[in-house]
Amino acid sequence: MTASQTDNLKRPRMARSTAAIFGERIIELLIRLCGVSAIVFVFGIFLFVLREGAPLIGKLDWTKVLFSQEWYPTSKGNVRYGVGALIVGTLSVTGLAMLFAVPFGIGAAVFVSEFSTGKVKETLKIVIEMLAAIPSIVWGFIGLSVMNRLIQEYLPAPVGLNLLNGAILLALMSVPIIVSIGEDALKAVPDSYREAAMAMGATRWQTVYRVLFPAARNGLLAAALLGVGRAIGETMAVLMATGHAVNIPKSIFDPIRTLTATIAAELGETAVGSDHYRMLFLIGVLLFSITFVVNLLADLAVRGVRKQ
Amino acid sequence: MVNNQPKISVENLRLSYGHREVLHGLSFSVAPKEILGVIGPAQSGKTSLLRCLNRTIDFVSNAFVSGSIRIDGEDVLRTSDVHTLRRKVGMVSPLPVGLPLSVYDNVAFAPRCAGIKNRDELDARVERCLRQAALWDEVKDRLHTLGTKLSGGQQQRLTIARALSHDPEILCLDEFSIAIDPVTTMRIEDVLKELKSHMTILLVTNLVQQARRLADRTMFLWNGEIVELDRTEAIFSNQPRDKRTYDYIHGLFG
Repeated sequence: MTASQTDNLKRPRMARSTAAIFGERIIELLIRLCGVSAIVFVFGIFLFVLREGAPLIGKLDWTKVLFSQEWYPTSKGNVRYGVGALIVGTLSVTGLAMLFAVPFGIGAAVFVSEFSTGKVKETLKIVIEMLAAIPSIVWGFIGLSVMNRLIQEYLPAPVGLNLLNGAILLALMSVPIIVSIGEDALKAVPDSYREAAMAMGATRWQTVYRVLFPAARNGLLAAALLGVGRAIGETMAVLMATGHAVNIPKSIFDPIRTLTATIAAELGETAVGSDHYRMLFLIGVLLFSITFVVNLLADLAVRGVRKQ
Repeated sequence: MVNNQPKISVENLRLSYGHREVLHGLSFSVAPKEILGVIGPAQSGKTSLLRCLNRTIDFVSNAFVSGSIRIDGEDVLRTSDVHTLRRKVGMVSPLPVGLPLSVYDNVAFAPRCAGIKNRDELDARVERCLRQAALWDEVKDRLHTLGTKLSGGQQQRLTIARALSHDPEILCLDEFSIAIDPVTTMRIEDVLKELKSHMTILLVTNLVQQARRLADRTMFLWNGEIVELDRTEAIFSNQPRDKRTYDYIHGLFG
């Protein structure tokens, strides 16, 4: 055998087979499809909801719809679709819930991530995950029976099913999300930061609020906003616990009604294609827009923080 | 250099990580306002030794320390106030860790933790420390950009400024010049000579000539044991007491 013949035999083939090239193309295509499908679905859902409500858009006086609190969709003589009270209801119950849930959730995240170790940490994480797994209808039961009674007994409230009740339930439901995302954000901060801070004599708490909070800012903000998203979209628990009265609340003990609860409670009763039916879909569009604005604001906030 | 009241006195210091002992009973003392150079090959225990002094060794979960370290007579390993201890013993690590804060906040961090709130006082302190670390001229116009955006060498000097910011009585420098150019290194070395008037300095370095330039005494650490600790001139003379010292300094080791 000559030297060149041995060369030919032993040299590995560098060119890839057509099957390998083709396979890679397919995988690339599939991945692209997955990415694009997210956009397609979001737009698809939005368009579908909008299409159902669209015929009514021209027929309504929108200033009245958005700012009036007169929601009489089934009135015989004078049908009015004022969603002002529903918007205020949704925003107030979400806002109050976040007032409880964000400090509590971030605090719990800090405790789990920074102050607890070993078994305590593991147990806490499991329990918090279980909290996230409780179905919202069960939360509704708790609101209806336990919270209702407690509020009537210990607080100066005429009824137990009110803004406060719903907010507490929503807070309990969003805390697990805030804790787990917040903990991830804190965990992602390199240990070298903690050690550098503590090497200069910082206490644990000083390390948390002077170093970890700034370092994990974006993640913690995301945690809070996912909590907001959870609270705005929640339906069942608020339907059961807030009293379901179309009313702009003057105190946290007033009953309210939210956008989501209205859709859930009324959609089954309407005739497909009727004005009432279309109005409920438009409420869906409204809800969609609110969450969209919240997400957009969050995105801008995160970007602003990053630039700094 | 024997002083009646040593600043640091270490007796039979042993340190193990799990079952592996890395410091085998070190005993030495450091006089006030002395610069002690520590030289030795990798894995000889130089960094571990420094970390024992300000108890940052606590961050290593499987580290076990025995023996005694006294700073101004106070037992470091059993102190109840580790935060005050760490302010007293400043540390500059070889890999700079810029905190994810502005340059200003990086340097003002420790003073703020110590309770200094007065803006003028903080400003003055930040400027002083950045000047001492030979960084002021480069960052004075961007004190409010992120410290992590500085170059590697600048971040290293930032950690020096930070270590000085809490007025330590003892300064531990662990390879401070690793990412700094020779000219800037010289400027910082000059600052160290000035700081010596009110500070005790432990200088761990791989650059034996740096120890020779700065240290009053030099310790040659090898495999967790002190091979030799003597006046720097003696260590760098042609006849140190131990032949290994001569070999290490002259690159004949191995």
